[in-house]
Amino acid sequence: MDLSEPGTIAPDAKPRLPRGVRLTHSEAQGGFVLLAPERIFKADAIAHEILKRCTGEASFAEIIDDLATTFNAPRERIAADVTALLRGLADKQLLEL
Amino acid sequence: MADSGAMTLYKPLGLLAELTHRCPLGCPYCSNPLALDKRDDELDTATWMRVFKEAAGLGVLQVHLSGGEPGARRDLPEIAASAREAGLYTNLITSGVGITTRTIRDLWEAGLDHVQISIQDSDAVSSDRIAGYRGAYARKCALAAEVKRLGLPLTINLVVHRANIERIGAMVDLALDLKASRIEIAHVQYYGWALKNRAALMPSADQVARAAAEVEELRARHHGKIVIDAVVPDYHARFPKPCVGGWGRRSLNVTPSGKVLPCHAAEAIPDLEFWNVREHSLADIWASSPAFNAFRGTDFLPEPCASCERREIDFGGCRCQAFLLTGDARATDPVCHLSPDHTRVAELAAVQQDAPYNYRRM
Repeated sequence: MDLSEPGTIAPDAKPRLPRGVRLTHSEAQGGFVLLAPERIFKADAIAHEILKRCTGEASFAEIIDDLATTFNAPRERIAADVTALLRGLADKQLLEL
Repeated sequence: MADSGAMTLYKPLGLLAELTHRCPLGCPYCSNPLALDKRDDELDTATWMRVFKEAAGLGVLQVHLSGGEPGARRDLPEIAASAREAGLYTNLITSGVGITTRTIRDLWEAGLDHVQISIQDSDAVSSDRIAGYRGAYARKCALAAEVKRLGLPLTINLVVHRANIERIGAMVDLALDLKASRIEIAHVQYYGWALKNRAALMPSADQVARAAAEVEELRARHHGKIVIDAVVPDYHARFPKPCVGGWGRRSLNVTPSGKVLPCHAAEAIPDLEFWNVREHSLADIWASSPAFNAFRGTDFLPEPCASCERREIDFGGCRCQAFLLTGDARATDPVCHLSPDHTRVAELAAVQQDAPYNYRRM
């Protein structure tokens, strides 16, 4: 159950792609895609880095720390990008928080 | 992409696999053709397995296992497993009647990704009457519960027409009760069986306008709880739909007997030559079959489409509808308010009648 405020994600939430939502590589379509009920999203390099960390193990805060370290980028900016992507997916029932 | 793009070959994303035309229900708006394929003509398991492998190689990402009622095939779990093995996102579209508890568990084990169950109305009696099958509603709800017990994501499909258009809100409540994450609310599209039943299905213009407002209100109210996807009613639209995302551009449809169509209604257009997966590879059919190349791109479109700025948005609308309403498959879809035949659509939409249904039967 997601009890966070609208537009935000709790630091200890553990984002996970539910059954029926899959991140996969398509040779023919030339990249990563997120497959969901009657939906296909092209995952660019950034989205792919975020989504592959949404396994239900790492917390939201840990994912941001990891990305900030890996890409040597400001934590606030990473947090804003990750929040926007994950919140949008959660609102469409494509991500569990 | 090139502006005209007449022969630009895109990669398909979705494949509708009509595994069988057999179905216990008799919905009067069934999207199957009037001439239904018989059991003896159905593709065997091995051929479907090959089709899925070829589809994945062609770029297809999602396969929709449909019918008829796909549960009428005993090899459904095997078929689903082969789609998953080919790397495809595997979606089951079912009436809910004919899928046993055992079958849905086998499908879950096969890696099925998503289930869509059609429900005809929130009112059980009305739902069974529309389906032409007593007890169907209860079985649909029971399957939905089983799907959720297994942890599979669920979409409820509702086809809207004059008999249920007043209960869209109750349908969304039902979908929420059944723990669906999505509801697809589609107004009847008038092809095949629905065309035969058009007057009995046609809602009034007032009802259509109220339904559109209600859907918007329901979307806002249930934001974050359930996704509401709505398909607008053709005959009351100002612009036509970009049918199947453009002819031979995004998707393909394989019939129970193996014919490959650009859309499920394409056989309504006479003189199109469809190729069969028994004789050709899917890649060959996609690139070279006469039916797929008949209306690819936009170069074939007459005025007012030829000089229209929406030409690459809606591709002149639906070819089947153009043929069914004007007699010319190349014409502007008369749903468009710019079509010279548009007044005909309004005249047809005004014909509404509480008549008995011509149920879809083999």
